[in-house]
Amino acid sequence: MDLKEKIVSSYVAFEDGVNINSDIHEIRTEAFQNFEKLGFPSKKLEAWKYTSLNSILKEDYSIFPDKEKSITLAEVKKYFIHDIDTYKIVFIDGKYSSFLSETTHDNIDVCLMSSALSKKKYKLVIENYFNKIAKQDNLTSLNTAFSKEGAYIHIPKNTEVEKPIQIINFTTGEESATMLQPRNLIVADKNAHVQIIERHQSLTSNAALTNVVTEIFADRHSTVDLYKIQNDNIAASLVDNTFVEQQSNSVVSVHTFSFGGNITRNNLNFFQKGEHIDSILKGITIIEGKQHVDHHTLVHHIEPNCESHQDYKGIYDERSTGVFNGKVIVEKEAQKTNAYQKNNNILMNNKSTINAKPQLEIFADDVKCSHGCTIGQLDEQALFYMQQRGIPKKEAKALLMYAFANTVLESVKVPEVKERIMKLIATKLKVNIGFNI
Amino acid sequence: MSKYTEDDLREELETKEYEYGFYTDIESETFAKGLNEDVVRAISKKKNEPEWMTEWRLKAFEVWSKMEEPEWANVTYKKPEFQEIAYYSAPKQKPKLNSIDEVDPDLLATFEKLGISLEEQKRLANVAVDIVVDSVSVATTFKKTLGEKGIIFMPISEAIQEHPELVRKHLGTVVPPSDNFYAALNSAVFSDGSFCYIPKGVKCPMELSTYFRINEGGTGQFERTLVVADEGSFVSYLEGCTAPSRDENQLHAAVVELIAMDDAEIKYSTVQNWFPGNSEGKGGVYNFVTKRGLCETNAKISWTQVETGSAITWKYPSCILKGNNSVGEFYSIAVTNNFQQADTGTKMIHLGKNTKSTIISKGISAGKSQNSYRGLVQISSRAENARNFSQCDSLLMGNKCGAHTFPYIEVKNKSAQVEHEATTSKIGEDQLFYCNQRGIDTEKAIALIVNGFSKEVLNKLPMEFAVEAQKLLEISLEGSVG
Repeated sequence: MDLKEKIVSSYVAFEDGVNINSDIHEIRTEAFQNFEKLGFPSKKLEAWKYTSLNSILKEDYSIFPDKEKSITLAEVKKYFIHDIDTYKIVFIDGKYSSFLSETTHDNIDVCLMSSALSKKKYKLVIENYFNKIAKQDNLTSLNTAFSKEGAYIHIPKNTEVEKPIQIINFTTGEESATMLQPRNLIVADKNAHVQIIERHQSLTSNAALTNVVTEIFADRHSTVDLYKIQNDNIAASLVDNTFVEQQSNSVVSVHTFSFGGNITRNNLNFFQKGEHIDSILKGITIIEGKQHVDHHTLVHHIEPNCESHQDYKGIYDERSTGVFNGKVIVEKEAQKTNAYQKNNNILMNNKSTINAKPQLEIFADDVKCSHGCTIGQLDEQALFYMQQRGIPKKEAKALLMYAFANTVLESVKVPEVKERIMKLIATKLKVNIGFNI
Repeated sequence: MSKYTEDDLREELETKEYEYGFYTDIESETFAKGLNEDVVRAISKKKNEPEWMTEWRLKAFEVWSKMEEPEWANVTYKKPEFQEIAYYSAPKQKPKLNSIDEVDPDLLATFEKLGISLEEQKRLANVAVDIVVDSVSVATTFKKTLGEKGIIFMPISEAIQEHPELVRKHLGTVVPPSDNFYAALNSAVFSDGSFCYIPKGVKCPMELSTYFRINEGGTGQFERTLVVADEGSFVSYLEGCTAPSRDENQLHAAVVELIAMDDAEIKYSTVQNWFPGNSEGKGGVYNFVTKRGLCETNAKISWTQVETGSAITWKYPSCILKGNNSVGEFYSIAVTNNFQQADTGTKMIHLGKNTKSTIISKGISAGKSQNSYRGLVQISSRAENARNFSQCDSLLMGNKCGAHTFPYIEVKNKSAQVEHEATTSKIGEDQLFYCNQRGIDTEKAIALIVNGFSKEVLNKLPMEFAVEAQKLLEISLEGSVG
């Protein structure tokens, strides 16, 4: 039985565990029918031209992991940003772990999607925001159909959250192959400010497939910073679907650090629904082996006087493949738009591949839009210069790569996250440089 | 550069709608509408083609009938009804023409209106013209001069008779009949086109030029061009197009194949001005063209195009850089106005070592038109030290039009250097103000700025074409101010 059939036939079992007489379930059912019709994406679809899911869809995933495993903090501490105080929403095999989490209802809501979907208190927010901007495409529909658990974050107006929020999904590998479908909702009201760190981590080498959907709503004058740390082990694959809707004067930035995993696909969509909005999309990808990372971004400029900044850097070694597919749409009303898109790549090996497709679709005339895409090597002269001065080749190369990635790093606002990323890059480049940038 | 003054332009803008929208009443021999195996056979028979050619066409037809019309391009249109087109139309003429006097006077008048008077061409311009009216070449000039150098330049139908070995060897090697829907269609039913062969080490002494026209109402034009430049040779080839006004959409599905052998260079320039439809978007030509060149070692192919016409343009002149050190270039200006839609660009396939390619694409959209750049740069894993530079600039006039960029970059070699830049902007208020201050009115100022914007590409055109192209740009943007 292929995965689609398996998923379709397990929907009835899923319905046993949820309230099927709610409005939410109507949304689920509709999404389920949509997935049933569309199935998994194939390479024939333009959006999936360079990424094939076939190899990971063959696994016999358990869709509702029922074996529970408790894990101790000591085992997983290293996956947290643990040197600062943070709120934490932790899931183990898709189930909430109250032991590892630190949630709150004190003015702000940092809690669970399952309670938000069922409790009356949240009804209005859920009605207004749930599944409002998520696309009706194959994998998002699949997630919506099975949406039940995930992180729910609601920051009321004029509130600055004093510490970052971490969302971590662990896969224990108790089952031979696990499929998870977390569903997150983040709502920042007027003039609210929040920083969020998101991570998916598999703890064994058993196969894992995560199909996550995150919806972010940023109201006027709010700021949302989201850091996605993707350094999973090689048997884990991730399809990340993030949808952001911004109102006037809001600033939303999403940083994606892709260092691990088997196949990683990041669908990042921004919809600008007001004026003077700034959208920031940045990413660093450093992969090797047979890893595959696909960044698929969309920025939809609908109203005038907005900006968007995209900056994606990639370093690809061995047989790895990188894909960058960035699309900027500027509607005819969106005059005075400034949209910038940059994608720089370094190939370290002749077996590695980069496929880039930076697209612009522009319907307004008074705009400044540009995209740049380069593929090249490290500067031989700069390398030589450093070697002359006694810096070994490996370190010199690493230094250059740090410099290459630094335009993305410098906009990370949480110092501990930045430090963690620096360390991860050092591990990835297999060097130990005792310096701080 | 041009003697053409601004006053001329104004006069022209006021008086003309589509300058070349006239219809010459020449008694044409046209096949009944529709396409099947018999029609393909009949075309082949009509052309008195050898058996292998008929087979080749039939094979292409078989492939075509199994294919589906592509839909991926960023254009919307009513699909042509392929069974409603007459696939062969030739002016009824005496079989052989030795001098220009024998040409039908009506035809000559047509050329006169097109501004390519044969006499004048013969006397003044150093251009050999292979004129094609509704698919059949009527006169080939300068054949003698070229003949002395061993250069073959003739209609492809004649080449099939006279040089079957050359045609058979090269036809379909760069664009195989199975390549795409329109290439297959063209392979099955092409009526005529040009064939050009430059022998080893010969530098073609003059620009070779073909003027195409669609004449007979309701007939499609299926041109086939094959240019072969043998080792160390050079040729510059010009192609220009105009078509009469028509209400129904006309289909143009041409195939151009270029083969540049070791150390050879081919420069291929196009000015395309098919009827774009009227200001309501009615009528106009569908231009679905497959153009591709193959570069052997040290060879160079350079495509230059100025696209101002057609209701729909769907065209990607490409280079396969097969040999080491080969070079591909693509310079393009695409102007769309009113309801025109253009989806154009290039493919640079780097296979050999040290291959280089340059892409400069300028898109100008006005009115309610849509202008897309779609390009592919592919560096294979064996293409060491490949280098590509791409630049796509778009200029928008008004907020009813759209400019789109769809570049595909696929790199499999670490020593590759690929750069892609794209910008979109409008004509700056300050630029216009500067011109106005100096007494240049807005319409002329725009023409001036557009010319500056397109200069990088216009400079690559041969002189005569550059003048014509400049003129075309101005006419195409008529009334787009404001």
